[in-house]
Amino acid sequence: MASNTNSISVHSTANVARQRVAVSHGALAFWHTMIGKKVIMAVTGVVLVGFVVAHMLGNLKIFSGPDEINAYSRFLREVGSPELAYGQLLWIVRTVLLICVALHITAAVQLSRMSWAARPVKYDVKRNVETTFAARMMRWGGVLVVAFIIFHLLHLTLGAIGFRPGQFTHLAVYLNVTAAFKVWPVALFYIVAMGALCLHLDHGIWSMLQTLGWNTARNEKQLKIASRAIAVVVFLGFSSVPVSVWAGWLH
Amino acid sequence: MTFTLKVWRQHSADEPGRFVSYQVKNVTPDMSFLEMLDALNEDLISRQEPPVAFEHDCREGICGSCGFLINGVAHGGQRGTTVCQLAMRFFKNGDALTLEPWRARAFPVIRDLIVNRSAFDRIIQAGGFISAPTGTAPAANAILVPKEDADTAFDAAACIGCGACVAACPNASAMLFTSAKITHLNSLPQGQPQRDQRTLSMVAEMRNELFGSCTNHGECEAVCPKRIPLEFIGKMNRDLMRAAWHWHREPLVIPSLVQLPSAEDSHEQFHEEVRIHEEDQAHVEAESPEPAATRR
Repeated sequence: MASNTNSISVHSTANVARQRVAVSHGALAFWHTMIGKKVIMAVTGVVLVGFVVAHMLGNLKIFSGPDEINAYSRFLREVGSPELAYGQLLWIVRTVLLICVALHITAAVQLSRMSWAARPVKYDVKRNVETTFAARMMRWGGVLVVAFIIFHLLHLTLGAIGFRPGQFTHLAVYLNVTAAFKVWPVALFYIVAMGALCLHLDHGIWSMLQTLGWNTARNEKQLKIASRAIAVVVFLGFSSVPVSVWAGWLH
Repeated sequence: MTFTLKVWRQHSADEPGRFVSYQVKNVTPDMSFLEMLDALNEDLISRQEPPVAFEHDCREGICGSCGFLINGVAHGGQRGTTVCQLAMRFFKNGDALTLEPWRARAFPVIRDLIVNRSAFDRIIQAGGFISAPTGTAPAANAILVPKEDADTAFDAAACIGCGACVAACPNASAMLFTSAKITHLNSLPQGQPQRDQRTLSMVAEMRNELFGSCTNHGECEAVCPKRIPLEFIGKMNRDLMRAAWHWHREPLVIPSLVQLPSAEDSHEQFHEEVRIHEEDQAHVEAESPEPAATRR
């Protein structure tokens, strides 16, 4: 090994220099390995799960009435003042989330392509013994979640689609939400997308703990139960809003 | 017992393969799966047909030579058992069994049920060793090993490198194998001096060999005849983070992509890197005397 390092370090060729570039920048070498990408996915996953749980808890304020939820939406923009201007913290959080989403998706796409290329000839007969439906749905469920996020931003954040002209009012959260979910296909799409998110989290949260090395043979069962519990709570929390509007409990 | 076997027959790596059905009669429940195949081959040879090629050596579950998929499950489906240790009583009389070799880009089929697992050897060559002075043996207990670490290393060292983890993985990933080999050495005091270099080299080599990436399905652990736990993959990831995080006096070295025989038929990213390397090689040959001169 020592002689190997030596011979590499004495050559001043372009090839070796390229190799050393890859390695001397620790972060680059880390990203270059499959595990590095996996770790990035796990770490960004932690941030995104944190966001999803916080978002879900925020949504539940709608059950406390129009004043609570509307005040909460103003709070998200005013928090941090006077040090931060109106909406600044919100944009910082949005930027961090966007970076996390971009890294998460880039790593996922690259790793998926490597994995697809790794078995060019498929099995005639293959029986899975351990994997779950949630684990097999990670990739396509993830695509559905991305499609949902784009729709959701255009829908309830910008009010660009799904509303009649003049129906959407910025910061009038309660009215916007109740008007939006009265349209049943929209409500149904939200619930289906939350189902996909639930599956994604069911495998994802445990997977993140496994990737970061917290999973052991002893605690595996507990971690999987905890992961599923969070996923189900997130699903129920998010779905409760469209269901309630649809059922006429919120009006 | 009587079985109907649907066996993958492929004469060589370059020729296309196909499934061929055979009847095997007079199988006793105490026969191992490989003994049943021996009986089939006796029959084929007596009929002047080429026997089914399969790999085997010790036939007691410790060498890691044997292995193929039986009805879509690597090593047949009895937990912690290699196919040579699998008795025919595990199946029901009259069962139809499909026998298929490991399938992965990194494991090209050599013949019938035999695949080339040299990719595993190259992962080991990248760092699965300890550069120890080979003088007289050190005194026993000269290096104290904590019991817990010895147990972890021993569990990891149980890996026989059969390749079932790659075969069962939906992504054809070699993470379980590599993590076992890394954990084995990285858990012991003797493995510490080369720990970061070993982890980085072996992990990088795993990608160079065109294995897929782990998505934590757990299929590998389920079919592993030595029951290597998924936990070791987490340990390997931790060790890689450690290697990237630690400050090193000299940069760590990643094994070159170009030593690979399989590099030319890889996906386009590798094509690109190989092309760059070839240009560099031409560059090197043009000014080859220079490195020796710059040595001092």
